Amino acid sequence: MAGSDPAVRAAPVAPDTVKILIAGGFGVGKTTMVGSVSEIVPLRTEEPLTAAGLDVDDLTGIEEKAATTVALDFGRITISERLVLYLFGTPGQQRFWFMWNDLAVGALGAVVLIDVRRPEASFAAVDFFERRDIPFVVGVNGFHGQHPYPPDEIRESLALPEHVPVLLCDARERESSRDVLIALLDRLIAEAGAAAR
Amino acid sequence: MWAHRPPPASEVSGSDAAGRLVRPFALTGGRTRPSRADFTLITTVTAVDPPPERASRPQPEQTRILRRCRRPVAVAELAALLDLPVSVVVIMLCDLLEAGLITAHPPHPVSRTPELDLDLLQKVRDGLGRL
Ligand SMILES: Nc1nc2c(ncn2[C@@H]2O[C@H](COP(=O)(O)OP(=O)(O)OP(=O)(O)O)[C@@H](O)[C@H]2O)c(=O)[nH]1
Ligand SMILES: [Mg+2]
Repeated sequence: MAGSDPAVRAAPVAPDTVKILIAGGFGVGKTTMVGSVSEIVPLRTEEPLTAAGLDVDDLTGIEEKAATTVALDFGRITISERLVLYLFGTPGQQRFWFMWNDLAVGALGAVVLIDVRRPEASFAAVDFFERRDIPFVVGVNGFHGQHPYPPDEIRESLALPEHVPVLLCDARERESSRDVLIALLDRLIAEAGAAAR
Repeated sequence: MWAHRPPPASEVSGSDAAGRLVRPFALTGGRTRPSRADFTLITTVTAVDPPPERASRPQPEQTRILRRCRRPVAVAELAALLDLPVSVVVIMLCDLLEAGLITAHPPHPVSRTPELDLDLLQKVRDGLGRL
């Protein structure tokens, strides 16, 4: 009978993988959001860096060149046996933003997280995705669950066009983080659908 | 009231080729195919089981990797599980792929031209809806 011979094991089929970036300024809740929707505790890899080729100005704050590492954390959502979604929290510190270029390659899109108390920390992140034409949604992380500004006011201050969704969220809450991701997918689906017509 | 985002000025410092930090292992060089480019963070790798007969005995650190990818595992996960930098893991994966000891499965291609794959997006959307 087919499959009864233990020596003939079916090779495990590798799932297709896709990724979404969770971006934003330093300490805005990126890792928290990854962790709240991921099925695994966010994993972390540390990449050692040398500072070769850096402008002297960029070295401010990098005391131990050899010991400098950039951390990348990520989570996983198994969509089906055949499809797995990875979420990558981009490194927040601006001197590591060169990594965003690599990370953005092949991403479906991005969530730009904003700390409601200091939106300017994520301005550059909005610029990054806007410039590269990478679809994104804005998640406004209301630390302590406070949302003093309505989405439209936030959209205006960020000078965002109508088609960029702005969502109030709590990065610590699974449903809330999931809804931000769903808003991104809805935007992607709407755009792909419009282009296909 | 909120601060307003100023119009984008010059490119974010450190984000581009000019002031690029160089990853130490990028300079190992000398390798032809397979190349590091075959392994993205979400490329999945799987140990070939049983290993090909002509394969030479894997080194101890290769065995560690092979043990972790009996089932398909993404490169980023492998690096995190082994507590090694991705760049180091990728170099070892190149050797393993060349030796026929693993297979590599590339990520789902994402191209915006002409447009993203609707069927794929819908699947991801539905999966998130089930969370
Ligand atoms: N009260 C509250 N704390 C939060 C919230 N989101 C994140 N935090 C906390 O804020 C701190 C920073 O959150 P992280 O998720 O590490 O932020 P990050 O954006 O990953 O930070 P970097 O990677 O260092 O840029 C942590 O101590 C979190 O526990 C929130 O919605 N409410
Ligand atoms: Mg983080």
